Amino acid sequence: MRLRAGDEAAFEALVSQHDAALHRVARTFVPTQALADDVVQETWLAVIRGLDRFEGRSSLRTWIFTILANRARTRAVREARNLPFSSLGEPEGPTVDPAAFGSDGTWRSAPPRLDCDPESNLLTMELRAHILDAVDELPDHMRAVITLRDIAGLSPEEVCDILEISDGNQRVILHRARAKVRTALRPIVEVSA
Amino acid sequence: MRLWPRRHRHDPLVCREFVELVTDYLDGALPESERRRFEAHLAQCDGCDGYLEDTRRLVTTLQATPPPPADPATREALLSAFRELRGES
Repeated sequence: MRLRAGDEAAFEALVSQHDAALHRVARTFVPTQALADDVVQETWLAVIRGLDRFEGRSSLRTWIFTILANRARTRAVREARNLPFSSLGEPEGPTVDPAAFGSDGTWRSAPPRLDCDPESNLLTMELRAHILDAVDELPDHMRAVITLRDIAGLSPEEVCDILEISDGNQRVILHRARAKVRTALRPIVEVSA
Repeated sequence: MRLWPRRHRHDPLVCREFVELVTDYLDGALPESERRRFEAHLAQCDGCDGYLEDTRRLVTTLQATPPPPADPATREALLSAFRELRGES
């Protein structure tokens, strides 16, 4: 493994790839950005020190995010803060405004589309500029799940292990997170239309 | 209070139900019979087809969004820690 052999470029690439997502996830556990920065720094140092013990049974990124979550939990307990998944008391309402549907449950009119760039099949640059802001506005537990699943690209199994939640739970949270980001992007679409 | 009539498992899916199943569908987590109802509705509803397509695009866009660069000072500190602890071993 290049990292274990002290390959600095490989480590730098690893930091570039995961540092922002680590910060975003850490911030869902601890009350301030400064504490989140501390947790991320501790995590990277633990990664550097622990590379010899990393056995490759999980992927490297799962291992890194697990270290982060454990340290962030410890820190949150010390700060007497509720962990993001300790109370999921949010009412389970629909994710789409019920007024969008008629009494028969079908769309009153076709739902507004998000602008997309036909060449890349991604959302337009304009929407992309706002998408991370929309993620940052989410409640803690949603931000943690959508960051790990959709930004860092982890599998459902990996996310359940790291956040210590059930498969059904992570999917419900992800569903609500995506719907909220989508709703947050909509006013921008309408202004630009 | 019930806002709309109770529906049964074998009834065709309506749009209001479809939008709540999108994440399960994309994760391959729908039971076979539910997946068939979902796809039957998808095949004949442009509104829901667009809704699903937008969800896919949202996810691929999130995955493709480059992370903001790490703070240069922090990055340098991490690299020197790496050098110190692992380099020239």
